[in-house]
Amino acid sequence: MNHSISLTVNGARRDFVLDDPRVTLLDLLRERLHLTGTKKGCDRGQCGACTILVDGKRINSCLALAISHDGADILTIEGVARGDQLHPVQAAFIAHDGFQCGFCTPGQIMSAIGMMSEAQAGNDPERIRECMSGNLCRCGAYAGIVDAVLEAQAGMDESNQRRSA
Amino acid sequence: MKQFDYVKPGTVAEAVAAAAQPGAVYLAAGTNLLDLMKGGVSRPDRLVDVTHLGGLDQIEHLADGSVRIGALVSNADLAHDADFAKAYPAVAEALLSGASAQLRNAATVGGNLLQRTRCAYFYDTASRCNKREAGSGCDAREGENRSHAVLGWSENCIATHPSDFCVPLVAFDAVVEIEGRNGRREIALDELHRLPGAAPERESALEPGDLIVAVRLPPAARGFAAHARYLKVRERTSYAFAVVSAAAALRIENGRIGEARLALGGVAAKPWRARAAEDVLRNVAPTADAFQEAAWRALTDAKPSGDNAFKIELARRIVVRALTLAAAGTPARIPALPASSFASTSGAIHA
Repeated sequence: MNHSISLTVNGARRDFVLDDPRVTLLDLLRERLHLTGTKKGCDRGQCGACTILVDGKRINSCLALAISHDGADILTIEGVARGDQLHPVQAAFIAHDGFQCGFCTPGQIMSAIGMMSEAQAGNDPERIRECMSGNLCRCGAYAGIVDAVLEAQAGMDESNQRRSA
Repeated sequence: MKQFDYVKPGTVAEAVAAAAQPGAVYLAAGTNLLDLMKGGVSRPDRLVDVTHLGGLDQIEHLADGSVRIGALVSNADLAHDADFAKAYPAVAEALLSGASAQLRNAATVGGNLLQRTRCAYFYDTASRCNKREAGSGCDAREGENRSHAVLGWSENCIATHPSDFCVPLVAFDAVVEIEGRNGRREIALDELHRLPGAAPERESALEPGDLIVAVRLPPAARGFAAHARYLKVRERTSYAFAVVSAAAALRIENGRIGEARLALGGVAAKPWRARAAEDVLRNVAPTADAFQEAAWRALTDAKPSGDNAFKIELARRIVVRALTLAAAGTPARIPALPASSFASTSGAIHA
C-alpha cells in the first residue's frame, strides 16, 4: 500500500509517495532528494553522522521512519548556510580544524546547532563534550570540535546580548 | 529488515485493537525497535504507530501531589522540565545519563520502559538466545558475560535491563497506567518487568494490545527531593549503558533517616529495588557504617552468572557512594557529567 507524506525540508515543502514503509528519513533525504550531506555511518543510532533537526530538535535520522514524520519540518546541513555566508558553527569548524576526513562533520555541525538551541551547555567545555557525545569522530578531532563549539556559542551569546541591549 | 504493514490509528482504542493482532507491535520513536528490526532481531508483521495519538505527551502535576507523565513525553523534555527536575532530581539525572542527546530528544517515556536488553547474544541472530527464540539455549552463559546479571537470573537467561530512567522510578514506587482490550488498569513498575525464570521470552506483564499510556509517581516521591542522586558506572564517561548504577534517596529528619529508597541498575532483568537495604536505613543516622550495612543487605542474594563477580563488589561500593552523595544533599544543578563518578562537582569521598 502506498502512503503519501509531506515534509518541509530546508524551508521547501516536499511531497512523497512511499511505496515501502521501511524508508528512514536518512534514506529519504539521500536517495530521493539527493541531499547527501547527511551521512550514513553506522545506520544503527550509534555514531551521529546522520544527525538532522526535526521540528528544531536534533535526532538520528537513521532511526526515524519517514512514514511516521508526516508534516515534520526538517533542517539538514544543506540548509544552514545563507547563500555563500556560512552558518557561524560551520565557520568555527573551519577556523578551529574541527575535522580531518570530514565524514562526521555534517552530523557534528547539526548536533552543535541543535545543542546551542537547547541552551544546555553554555561555555563549559566538559558539558559540551557531554552534550556532543552522540557524535563520534574516528579521526579524533574532538579538541578542535570543542573549540569550534565554544567559539560559536560565545558568538551567539554576544549577538543575543547585542539584540537585547 | 522484514516487510511490515504500517497502521496509524486515530485513537487509543483503535491502537489497542490494531496491536492485539499476532505479530503486531507498537511504534513510538523507534530508537530501539528500528535498530532491532534492522538486525533481524525483531521481525514484526505490523507496526502500530502511536506517535500521533493525542493527550499522551503531557506532564501533569496532580492536586494530590503526584505527577503523571504521558507515555509519549520525550526523555529530554522530561529531564529538562524545570518543575519535574526540581521535584525528582534523581530521575532527571538518570535520564540525562542515558544514551545521547539525539536519542533522548526522540526516545519516549513508554519506550524507555519497554526497551530490550543489550545482551550481545540477543542481538546476534547467529547465537542461541532463549529470549529471542524460546527454548533455543543461551550462548551468554558460556560466552562473554562480564556485563551480565548478578541478581534474579536463571540458567535460561542472564541478560540485564538497560534502562537508567527505570531505576529511580522503581525506587519511588512508580505506577504504570495501561490501556488494554479490557479497558484501563494500572500496575506497579516493579511488577512490569519479569525475571527470566523458565520463560525469558516473556519480558513483561503486558498482554497483547496493552499500551502504556502514562507513568505516575505517587505523592511520597517528592519528599526525597533534597537528598536524591543517581550514580552510574560505565565503560566510558558518556553515551554508554550502565555496568552498575544506583538510585539513592533519603528523607532526613533531625539528623536521622526517616525513610530511604534504593534501587540498582545493570544487575538484573529488571530495575532492582533493594527493600532489605532500605529497611536497615530506617531511623538511623546517615553514617558510613549504616551505608555499608545497607550495601551488604542489597547484594545478599547476588551471585555471579559468569565472569562478573566483580559487579557484586562494584555494586556494593556504588550503593555506599550513592547513599553518601544523597546524604550530602542534591546539588543545585545537575553535574556537567550527569550521574558520573568522575563529575568534578560531585564532592564525593571515595567509599
